Amino acid sequence: MYLYSLTLQKATGIICAINGNFSGGKSQEIVVARGKVLDLLRPDENGKLQSLLSVEIFGAIRSLAQFRLTGAQKDYIVVGSDSGRIVILEYNKEKNTFEKIHQETFGKSGCRRIVPGQYLAVDPKGRAVMIGACEKQKLVYVLNRDTSARLTISSPLEAHKSHTIVYSICGVDCGFDNPIFAAIELDYSEADQDPTGQAANEAQKLLTFYELDLGLNHVSRKWSEQVDNGANLLVTVPGGGDGPSGVLVCAENFVIYKNQGHPDVRAVIPRREDLPAERGVLIVSAAMHKQKTMFFFLLQTEYGDIFRVTLDHDNDRVKELKIKYFDTIPVTSSLCVLKSGFLFAASEFGNHALYQFQAIGDDPDVEASSATLMETEEGFQPVFFQPRKLKNLVRIDQVESLMSMMDMKVSNLFEEETPQIFTLCGRGPRSSLRILRPGLAISEMAVSQLPGVPSAVWTVKKNVNDEFDAYIVVSFANATLVLSIGETVEEVSDSGFLDTTPSLSVSLIGDDSLMQVHPSGIRHIREDGRINEWRTPGKRTIVKVGSNRLQVVIALSGGELIYFEVDMTGQLMEVEKHEMSGDVACLDIAPVPEGRQRSRFLAVGSYDNTIRILSLDPDDCMQILSLQSVSSPPESLLFLEVQASIGGEDGADHPASLFLNAGLQNGVLFRTVVDMVTGQLSDARSRFLGLRAPKLFSIAVRGRRAMLCLSSRPWLGYIHQGHFLLTPLSYETLEFAASFSSDQCAEGVVAVAGDALRVFTIERLGESFNETAIPLRYTPRKFVLHPKRKLLVTIESDQGAFTAEEREAAKKESFEAAGMGENGNANQIENGDDEDNSDPLSDEQYGYPKAESGKWVSCIRVLDPRTAQTTCLLELQDNEAAFSMCTVNFHDKEYGTLLAVGTAKGLQFWPKRSFEAGFIHIYRFKEDGKVLELLHKTQVEGVPLALCQFQGRLLAGIGPILRLYDLGKRRLLRKCENKLFPNSITSIHTYRDRIFVGDMQESFHYCKYRRDENQLYIFADDTVPRWLTAAHHIDFDTMAGTDKFGNVFFVRLPQDVSDEIEEDPTGGKIKWEQGKLNGAPNKVEEIVQFHVGDVVSCLYKATLIPGGGECILYGTVMGSLGAFLPFASRDDVDFFSHLEMHMRQEHPPLCGRDHMAYRSSYFPVKDVIDGDLCEQFPTLPMDMQRKIADELDRTPGEILKKLEEIRNKII
Amino acid sequence: MQASDRFNINSQLEHLQAKYVGTGHADLTRFEWAVNTHRDSYASYVGHYPILSYFALAENESIGRERYNFMQKMLLPCGLPPEREDE
Repeated sequence: MYLYSLTLQKATGIICAINGNFSGGKSQEIVVARGKVLDLLRPDENGKLQSLLSVEIFGAIRSLAQFRLTGAQKDYIVVGSDSGRIVILEYNKEKNTFEKIHQETFGKSGCRRIVPGQYLAVDPKGRAVMIGACEKQKLVYVLNRDTSARLTISSPLEAHKSHTIVYSICGVDCGFDNPIFAAIELDYSEADQDPTGQAANEAQKLLTFYELDLGLNHVSRKWSEQVDNGANLLVTVPGGGDGPSGVLVCAENFVIYKNQGHPDVRAVIPRREDLPAERGVLIVSAAMHKQKTMFFFLLQTEYGDIFRVTLDHDNDRVKELKIKYFDTIPVTSSLCVLKSGFLFAASEFGNHALYQFQAIGDDPDVEASSATLMETEEGFQPVFFQPRKLKNLVRIDQVESLMSMMDMKVSNLFEEETPQIFTLCGRGPRSSLRILRPGLAISEMAVSQLPGVPSAVWTVKKNVNDEFDAYIVVSFANATLVLSIGETVEEVSDSGFLDTTPSLSVSLIGDDSLMQVHPSGIRHIREDGRINEWRTPGKRTIVKVGSNRLQVVIALSGGELIYFEVDMTGQLMEVEKHEMSGDVACLDIAPVPEGRQRSRFLAVGSYDNTIRILSLDPDDCMQILSLQSVSSPPESLLFLEVQASIGGEDGADHPASLFLNAGLQNGVLFRTVVDMVTGQLSDARSRFLGLRAPKLFSIAVRGRRAMLCLSSRPWLGYIHQGHFLLTPLSYETLEFAASFSSDQCAEGVVAVAGDALRVFTIERLGESFNETAIPLRYTPRKFVLHPKRKLLVTIESDQGAFTAEEREAAKKESFEAAGMGENGNANQIENGDDEDNSDPLSDEQYGYPKAESGKWVSCIRVLDPRTAQTTCLLELQDNEAAFSMCTVNFHDKEYGTLLAVGTAKGLQFWPKRSFEAGFIHIYRFKEDGKVLELLHKTQVEGVPLALCQFQGRLLAGIGPILRLYDLGKRRLLRKCENKLFPNSITSIHTYRDRIFVGDMQESFHYCKYRRDENQLYIFADDTVPRWLTAAHHIDFDTMAGTDKFGNVFFVRLPQDVSDEIEEDPTGGKIKWEQGKLNGAPNKVEEIVQFHVGDVVSCLYKATLIPGGGECILYGTVMGSLGAFLPFASRDDVDFFSHLEMHMRQEHPPLCGRDHMAYRSSYFPVKDVIDGDLCEQFPTLPMDMQRKIADELDRTPGEILKKLEEIRNKII
Repeated sequence: MQASDRFNINSQLEHLQAKYVGTGHADLTRFEWAVNTHRDSYASYVGHYPILSYFALAENESIGRERYNFMQKMLLPCGLPPEREDE
């Protein structure tokens, strides 16, 4: 089996983010690392974050930093990754790519303890960069400019110290003196040697300054001083005239200002009042904002509270350090303060957000200061505060994130054309069930009812130079309605259009006149109101029209074509007639090329399944240039012109080209390239869009021409970052559409469907899924579909949280307490955020209050996904938490389908995994499955992490025991068990009499149940230890699994062994009794192996589109979604493996990791072709594309077609 | 040190041991070995963000806190060293 791996949704979580001027202009950009993807984002004028570029780097990004050479206008990006190399990137605005400026190797690849890459620090003046490892190694590179102002990098200077753990490094701002880097270090050498533990107790973290002597080209330890043992993060303090220099050391509960030869200035971090005393407060992310006259820091704690830290200083002496409560937002992995007054918050879990500053926290609020620091016998006196709603920040945009995806299933519950993907995402109060549908999201601006059922709609401008459309013209079966667009849209009668007849086409013609084509003629409305009518000869009627700004072709019934052109005076003149052999099915004229008088091509579709290209040139007018036969009569034709591009913000390097698109009656979209000179058609591609013949319309997307195809669902064909994408829109079936541009809506679409006129815009271009989120209460663990009732049942559990009642009580109390204070200043600043206004302390924003780590909360929820209604919510009592569930039909069928839920009471992971008890609950569905009722609860001796139905009974994996239960009146009844599993069972799948058991550490075990002897036994297992995180059953002999380290693998029982077991009357039992090397007698073979580079948390087998291939879908913790598609033919395997090989050679990954080594990080990659690498083919320069294509005996176009085809099989 | 010593196996090993933390030797104790593997594991958890988030999810802590905890555990990953037997 060969698989094609393709990422459908790139990771949505963010590891780290930096901001700067990467494109060199005035605008501020954000570079975010999403694991193996590097993204460039920019907030646009409306405060929406736009993704400019997204590059898969085939490596793990661990740190990012930006720097700017003195006097330069542009920031460079330094990437610390697992490649054992330091990589400096520059964003090229013209080509819209990241360019690798430097790549220096310093160590082995992989995330190792002593190979740098974990930490990055840059000198604030951009003269040097330090890259550090968790332990020992730190390297300093000097950055400089050569004579032609190019960036140069020196050989590395070592600042190593062995037996030393590094917690954080940062650059120290010391103006133009020698660059200094600070590091928090801890020496463990003595603690390792001292059995009494005294040395370990005395181990002290040190803050060390390393000075790079630019003259001697040498790094030396300049200064080292003890620092609080809870220190975890360093933040640079501005220096060199802008501030006092030095660093802020963030430690557990404290922020300390330190500098060489300066006494410590320490202040406590205020605590939430409800925080348990055992817990500290740790700063997890920090940002510094510097203006000409002032600077401040924003530090965020692990609970989400942001504090503003200011330093009161007198030249180099810091007198006071103040920590003031600023606002509370969800916990972030990085904060970026943009100069334009935005705060980008890259959330750890859940959606990221862009905030705007309303104030910078100058109003009085809870504040801790170094001046008021009180030291008592029990330590420093804490300062308390209560989180409140946002005061200084306003959220203006959010970016969806699926991080952490916990479970996923694909099903067509809504009976739509394509199945929906149901995912459980997020954590704690921010968790949600998200329903993903392939396609783009749209936002509906207006829906208005019309007096009849319209058949068509157009929009027209009054003048070519107008920015906005003037009229919307709607045609009915026997009338035409004209609406003028202004402040409001209203009906007008003075437009000059004939309203007593239906229209066939309405458009702007010439520079400033309008044309209406109706069945009996053409009405030409000049700018001054004069009207010219052209009438059809005899009783013939116009059936089809094709036009551009200067040319019109009409087809009369019977098949006659008449061609008109606009002459110099703006008159519409008949030029030529042509008789076709039969009726014309559709026509289109290519748009007039820039600087030309006319377009040369007319496309005519006929009912004899052909499309002809006719010339419109005066010398060979109406000559047939080429002919293409198609599989079914064409219904609609559209020429789409792609302008030449040399890259830029969302194009790749490609020449101008013209595409002819045809919507065929069998629902296929047919697309070919038209030769701009000869009119020959080549490179045909077709794709099935839906059950109805697609109607094609040209609309504008980001200022470029794009194509809207209306079949049984609407599709959009557009160019995004160099790829032509054809994506469905998540919207209902539309009849007719036109682009729409007005004051309120620059790039919209107006469409008719039923008796309504709809105006909408298309959002978030480039995304492959759009999502609907339904909020959940706690971290979701698993869910099951109740297929008959179309309901979902989820289990959610959280450690260290209070139950809903306890939270409610605490909230009430705190409101009462806070109410007194607030009465005094009732006119609080409204923050404008609707959600937060409705619920002043929404848990989603503030997080749940922390409880002791031994406390669990959990609930079971029945959800109707169509209405997003929770029909039943059972909160588990008594410190129980649910971990597994399944639906089960016991064979006596008394209750029908039951729900089994595995729970643990008082589970603790630390210091050793322990629990008070495990239970299996059995619930029955009542009231059409909407309500659950507990039947009984059975105590078991382990945590049941896996449950599965098997032959009318329930199989449970309880720790290392696999046990078969039957339903009793009061409890479950043990029927059979096997205690021989190595660690803990995490998954059970069954097929016929085989049971596939996944162990937490030891991969899969294949078992069999013998009914006659009532015995469960293992007949095959795996040879490799695999820490399973997800498993899925593929076929009788095959299982797919994923491990904790980010590998996907398939194991299969060899065919002969499988046959032997099936034929053996004892089912291999005799052999089992013998065993082999303490394991099962047979071993499964690994047939597929691939490193995804992300913890895969769920697997599912599904077909995403009708007529597509069945593939294995996976979802990851970082919120990405991918698919493995089995190849159908050997030829394809050969082709793609060669393409992959050439791509590896010619296009090595951006951050320096070797592609093959990355995909084989833990086990050598086997029989999987990396589609993500192959899909980078169009981003190569043209000559490189041609070179690879030559090697493969194909043209670049054919390769693109292949790539498109295989993608279309998946989604 | 004589010139020939540079090429004998012991000095090569010493060089490796100095350069790569955790390189074993003949007298390595069980404890030292375990300490090294644990430190390597923690460093790997901290380096692989998805794994770090996976742990953070399980323990319901923030990722930043989880990273700090792992770094802290690198000091004494296996508890106190055993008493040395005097030979």
